[in-house]
Formats: sequence, structure tokens, C-alpha cells
Amino acid sequence: MARSTAESRRKARIKAGFSVYYAIFFIFVYGPMFAMFTLSFQGPHGGVTFPMRGFSFYWWEKLTGPSAVGDLKASLVRSLILAVIVMIITALFSTMLAMAFRKRFRGSGALFYAVMAGLMVPGTLLSLGLATLLRQVGIPPNWWSSGLAVHVVWTLPFGFLVMMAVFNRFDARLEEAARDMGADEWTVFKEITLPLILPGIVAAGLFGFTLSYDEFARTTLLSGAQNTLPLDINASLTQRVQPTLFALGTASTIFSLLMIGLFIVIYTILYRRSH
Amino acid sequence: MTTVESYAKLADAAAPRGLIGSAPPVATGAEAKRKYRREPGFPVPILIAPATLWLVVFLLLPLVSIFIFSFWKSTGHGMTPAFTIENYRAFFSTDGFFDPAKADFLTPSVFIRTLWLTFRFTITTMAICLILAYPMAYFLSMQVQNFKWQLALFLLVMVPFWTSYLIRAVAWLPMLGRQGLINEFLLGIGAIDEPLSFFLYSEFSYTMALVQLYVVLAVGPIFFSLAKIDRTLLEAARDMGATPFQIFREIIAPLSLPGVAIGMIFIFVAVMGEFATAVVVYGGKASTTGTVILTYYVTGNYPFAAVNAFMLMVAMMMGVVIILRLVDIRKEL
Repeated sequence: MARSTAESRRKARIKAGFSVYYAIFFIFVYGPMFAMFTLSFQGPHGGVTFPMRGFSFYWWEKLTGPSAVGDLKASLVRSLILAVIVMIITALFSTMLAMAFRKRFRGSGALFYAVMAGLMVPGTLLSLGLATLLRQVGIPPNWWSSGLAVHVVWTLPFGFLVMMAVFNRFDARLEEAARDMGADEWTVFKEITLPLILPGIVAAGLFGFTLSYDEFARTTLLSGAQNTLPLDINASLTQRVQPTLFALGTASTIFSLLMIGLFIVIYTILYRRSH
Repeated sequence: MTTVESYAKLADAAAPRGLIGSAPPVATGAEAKRKYRREPGFPVPILIAPATLWLVVFLLLPLVSIFIFSFWKSTGHGMTPAFTIENYRAFFSTDGFFDPAKADFLTPSVFIRTLWLTFRFTITTMAICLILAYPMAYFLSMQVQNFKWQLALFLLVMVPFWTSYLIRAVAWLPMLGRQGLINEFLLGIGAIDEPLSFFLYSEFSYTMALVQLYVVLAVGPIFFSLAKIDRTLLEAARDMGATPFQIFREIIAPLSLPGVAIGMIFIFVAVMGEFATAVVVYGGKASTTGTVILTYYVTGNYPFAAVNAFMLMVAMMMGVVIILRLVDIRKEL
């Protein structure tokens, strides 16, 4: 008995230690973002560091005004459109790929590594390779063409892994039963498979959306004449850094967080419905 | 192509195959055998064709072209097809290495030094990330028992991964610098008497920002490999009298190695190709290979950008191969 209480006290101490560690880790990961958030409400005469010189919405107003870093609204719209297209393609491709990987086929190993390579190849290299190639062929890069191309290369492995995990836990007997009862492949897919994997498809697509929305390195040389939002943010870094940038960063981060929250809600609803 | 169209295409492709319940077509020999053994589901070629095509054109082709262009000739504001190793000679010999004009053969070229610097930052970042991420992953997977809490705490740590890394790099600016929060904090607790200036635009700030940006890439894979460990193994070891340290060394550590390897590979390739953070928190004071590549692209010397990119690729592949040699991650995939 005495031993067990000593044991449990030791365990509690370890747990407490880890909890403190989690808190420190949390501050490390989120601290700078909170500092940025606070400083975006800097007074009109304040700078990019503490202390705060008053509290105002001055920099936020500047952000929405016409004299801002560039045409932010237009680049935001471009980023959103691009993210939606990437989301659809990612969801579609990763579902199709994962369905193919349920069976054995020749070249599946090579294809698997090719998909994963999208995750491993740094954006700098991909961006450089495609940009030089397009330049040589004489096709001008555009955010909706070459930008879209590399975004999907980047988001596909994430969506693919999600769908692979979904099919790993999938009960194929449901499909077999439907086939035995005379359903053709399309009916089986529509009536059985799709409803069951829908939460996964949504998750894969949402991965695509957020990753594309924030993607910077791959778009650097490939967006053409018009910038996406991350490129505009990067361009504003080369000018004198002002709290406007913090307001922009805060707005963008809040938007990302809202998106993630929304996705989790949608996913949970769909998951509850299909199980 | 819209979703509906491509699904319709899939349906068309699947339709002629008929219902499984209908009478089997009369066939003989090899054909019959093939028909009989055909698996149910949509045909594989149609499922993989679009993604495969996409990857070949937008992933494989650009990488191959980097290699090819690295042998081309620069014309100042473009390039012409050629087979010259001049670019590679420039890469290796600029400022010393193998330079016959200089006696000292061991002074590495400025580009090799940049690559080495990039590599050093990467290794440091990887080491710190591992030290920080492992206890975190261990805590989440082993100490937190309630599944809901586990998921919530894990997601909370992972969320920054889905926000813009550029903005997270920018967010370091108010932390560092002479008037930054870190200096204020250290002054506040009396650890230093006057603000330290090495926090911003230094190796220190660069490494710290890199760690903060990429540490979640290690937490995820390590967490998953730890969570997969069969708890009965640990109990069995405990019953047989193993100390916690023995359990960790003999069971937990070896079984979590694949996750560690995957996390380290993620961070390795991400930091090696890194270029934006260097500009934000390092003030462009030093170059990484990533910034060198972009500089040469912008100035129009495409072959030389390609040479640097190819050398970076070689260095990365070597690193990944070394990690894979050390740890067999296949069972993890």
C-alpha cells in the first residue's frame, strides 16, 4: 500500500512536470503571435516593438484604406479563389488515388513515392524548376495556372494520407454486399462508399484549402504579374516594417484559425452522420 | 474539369463492365481467367491517371529540367542550350576551391560555404526540435489518458502549422531586438543590466525562429509512432520488474524511432530549402542556399541558379538517405 502511494505520487509529479512543459511549449509556439496581435493595436505614433504608445485601430484602418501595402483586397480574393480550386482538386485526386491504392497494381510503389515527393521537395526548387521551364517554353506564369500546379503538388500528399487512413478503416464488406445484390460500380460508390468516406474527403479538401491559402515558397516565382496574399505580405517586408503588417498578420491568422475551426465543425457533423 | 464531369467520366468507364449479378460473358482460356480474377471497383488506370499526369508535368519535369539547365549557357538575361560544366566550375572554384591561382586549395568556394552554413543551421534546428518535440509527443501520447484531451492538446500544438509561416516569422520581430520582449523580460527579472543586441538579425534569432516555425513537424510523426505502441508491452515489462528508464530505452525509444526519422526528414528538407525566414529575422545578413538560388534567378543567371539548386538537391538527398539508412521507416508507411 505504502509503495503504491509513493508510486502514484511520483507519477503525479511527472505529470505535473510535463504539464508545465506543455505550458512553456505553448508560450513558445504562440507567444510571438500574441505579441504581434497586441502590437497591431499600437497607437499612431508607436513602432513595431513594445512599449505600446496608446491603443488605437489606426493600423487596422490603414490596412483597409486604399494606401495600404498593395492591392490587398485583390490579392486576398486571388488567394481565396486559388485555395478553393486547390481544395476541389486535392479532394478529388486524393480520393481517386486512395481508391486505386486499395488494390495492388504495378507501379504503385513508384506512384506512392512520387506523391510523397510533393511533400519533400522544397518549394524553392519546385518554383525555380517550373519557372525556368515555363520561361524557356515561353508560357507566362500565372497564379491560376502555374501557381495552381505547384499548390496541388504540395497539398496532394496530405489529402492522400488522409484518404489512405480513411480506407484503412473502411469495411469493404458493405460494398461487397451491395455488389452481390446487383448494384453496379457507380451505384456502389454513390450509395455506399461516398457517404462513408465523405468526412475524409472534406478533411482532405480542407487540408488543401489552408495549405494553399498560406503557401508562399512555391508561389514565389510562379504567380506571374499578380500576387497572392502571402506574396504581398512578403513584398511588404522589403519596405519599412510598420504595425500595419502586424494588423495584416493578425487578420490573416484569425482567418486561418476560423477556417480550421469551421472545418473541424463540418468534419464532426459529417462524421457523426456517417457513423 | 469539374468534380461532376470527372465523376461522370468514371461512371462511363465503369458502366460497360456490367452488373456482377448478371450472367458471366462466355470466354475461354486466358481471357476467361483474367475476367474472373478482375477485382471489383473502378479501374485503376482511370483513378490514377489525372494525379500521375499532374505529378509528372509539375513535379518530375521541373526537377529534371533543373538538372538539364544547370549545363546550359547563360547569356546574361536568358540561357541557350549547351553542354558546359562552366557553371559547376564556377560553383566549386569561386573564391578558392581548386583555384590554381591560389595556393590554398582548402579554402572552400563561397557557394560551398553557403551550402555548409545552410546545412549547419539545419542540423542545429533539427537537434533542438528533437529535444523539444520528443517530450511533448511523449507527454501527449503516454501521459494524457483521456482521448478527448489528447486530441485537443495535440491539435492546439499543431494549429500553427496551418497558419502562414511567413506571418509567424514576422511575429518574431517584436520579440527580438534591443527593445524586444525577450530583452524586456530579461531586464525585468534582473538577469541582465542592459539590453542584449544579438537577439535580432543574428544566428541566434534565425535558429530560434526556425525551431519555432518547424518544431510541430517533429511533434506530429513522433506523437503518432508513440501512440501506436502496444500498451501491453509496457505493462509486461513493468510486471517483469523493468525500471521506467529501462522501459524507455528497450521498448519506447526503438519503437518511436521511425516517427523520429520522419519528423527529422520533414524538418531537414524544409529548413534546407528555407529562404524567407532568413530575410525576415536574419536581415539578409547571411545567405542561405535558398536565397542564393533566388538571387541568381532574379538577376537572370538561370543556369547558375540551377547549379545551386541541383547541389542543394544532392545535399538533401544525401541527408535523407543517411537518415533512412539509420532508421527503417518502411513499416511506418
